[in-house]
Amino acid sequence: MTREQPLLDIENLTVSFPTRQGVFEAVRGISFTLGRERLGIVGESGSGKSMTGRAILRLIRPPGRITARRLEFSGTDLLQLDEHEMRKIRGQRISMVMQDPKFSLNPVMRIGEQIMEIYRFHTGAGKRAAHARAIEMLEAVSIRDPERVMRAWPHEMSGGMGQRIMIAMMMVTEPDILIADEPTSALDVSVQTQVLSIMDRLVHERGMGLIFISHDLNLVASFCDRVLIMYAGRIVEVCAADRLHEAQHPYTRGLLGSLPRLHEPRRHLEVLKRDPAWRETPSVSGRQ
Amino acid sequence: MSRLVFNDLSVWFGEGASRVDAVRHATFEVPSGASFGLVGESGSGKSTILRALMGLAPDWSGEMIVGEQRLGPKRNRAFYKQVQMVFQDPYASLHPRHSVDQVLSEVLKLHGFRDINRRVQALLDDVGLGPGFRFRYPHQLSGGQRQRVAIARALAPEPSVLLLDEPTSALDVSVQAEVLNLLNDLREEHRLTYLLVSHDLAVVAHMCQSTAVMQNGEIVEMLTVEDMRAMRARHPYTCHLLESASGYNPNAAQAL
Repeated sequence: MTREQPLLDIENLTVSFPTRQGVFEAVRGISFTLGRERLGIVGESGSGKSMTGRAILRLIRPPGRITARRLEFSGTDLLQLDEHEMRKIRGQRISMVMQDPKFSLNPVMRIGEQIMEIYRFHTGAGKRAAHARAIEMLEAVSIRDPERVMRAWPHEMSGGMGQRIMIAMMMVTEPDILIADEPTSALDVSVQTQVLSIMDRLVHERGMGLIFISHDLNLVASFCDRVLIMYAGRIVEVCAADRLHEAQHPYTRGLLGSLPRLHEPRRHLEVLKRDPAWRETPSVSGRQ
Repeated sequence: MSRLVFNDLSVWFGEGASRVDAVRHATFEVPSGASFGLVGESGSGKSTILRALMGLAPDWSGEMIVGEQRLGPKRNRAFYKQVQMVFQDPYASLHPRHSVDQVLSEVLKLHGFRDINRRVQALLDDVGLGPGFRFRYPHQLSGGQRQRVAIARALAPEPSVLLLDEPTSALDVSVQAEVLNLLNDLREEHRLTYLLVSHDLAVVAHMCQSTAVMQNGEIVEMLTVEDMRAMRARHPYTCHLLESASGYNPNAAQAL
């Protein structure tokens, strides 16, 4: 094979939860690969996009179950690792940024300590080295006064600052993959642009792979390289992000049509009519 | 039909050293039957203007007029019959242990209506929920259906002004489209005046004829919908908002 091995190779991934009404499948047999690219996953709430992100890090709590024919990270089968080995991958090789920094930072620990803790846990570095590294990361995410932020408590930070701190914290170990689950939905537009440009730079400069989970079609179309569109736990369509507006699947077309557009005034927005057949069509493969 | 006038409105919280000026000298007018947008970042004061009008922010100065009525420090029942509000999060704004029927009948009773049974039915029809939804509880409804109930509740006293505080930002885009269509239809049918707060310029452009852009408690620019579509903005903040409405732009990121 001349092609570079993908960072992530996923085949037939399912996430299921037993309920009183039988087994509920949140993700129903999806396949995709991630290279050194910005891969967008879009869909509505309940489409399984966040579950996909969590399943990669094996963050689904029992009785939830993850199965896959293949769940490989740089050739390592993630499903075969024990919890101890998995913990070395989480945070160090694959990181995740969640939607709301308010719930992801420890409220009773200073920001500097939280960043240093991660770094020291994964590298075994000394305090001084960890401090220097944390400062460097905060500077990398355009925080102007890193020394002050290091000493601050999470509640003293605004939403945008909190999210940048989260990204700094996730990047401190230089992971190969960043999974960002709605990382900018809670942010104002001006901060959103900054956060995106930071992630963009990390992909370009460090060759990181980025999974960008979002419900915002315009954002994904303009920011990502490739997009998977999920519906009811399956991938219904895969396309190049800049060609998202030429998407073929009626679900994708419906989503695009329901967006109000600044430059195309319309009396009525299109209302999505869901076809029960969409649930049953087999998942489209996002493997490259 | 009622117009809204805000004249040199300032709203603040706290006193002395801890005083925060949330809105400073805001002046604008919403003609009767029109739809007016307020956009800006979180903390820019847009929701505070709605709260001041509703009497939920006690410290304010300046002038607020609804119809011909100049508002004082207190709101009476007649005011709430005329002005109603729809909140952002339909998961938080409905009582979890009240059925749709209870929610709507209570408002109708408070406003002294007699034919409650018929009116509950009519309200549900108005917002596109069938009679089957009448005895459901919020947890048996989807986000869009809940927001429809919240809209029905706001319509119950037959108001002439609706204040909409991010009415669709907690909803999926396909559901957002349904709710926005509904709001547009209702405005026409009931000849309502809307004051809409949103952070999404495309939503505001779809719903409103004119918009005030707010930053740090001040109105920095007023735009008509035509200005927005033509990207005619003078203030740098408005320009940035308009650019980001079409997605991520690496050049804009460079400029920051």
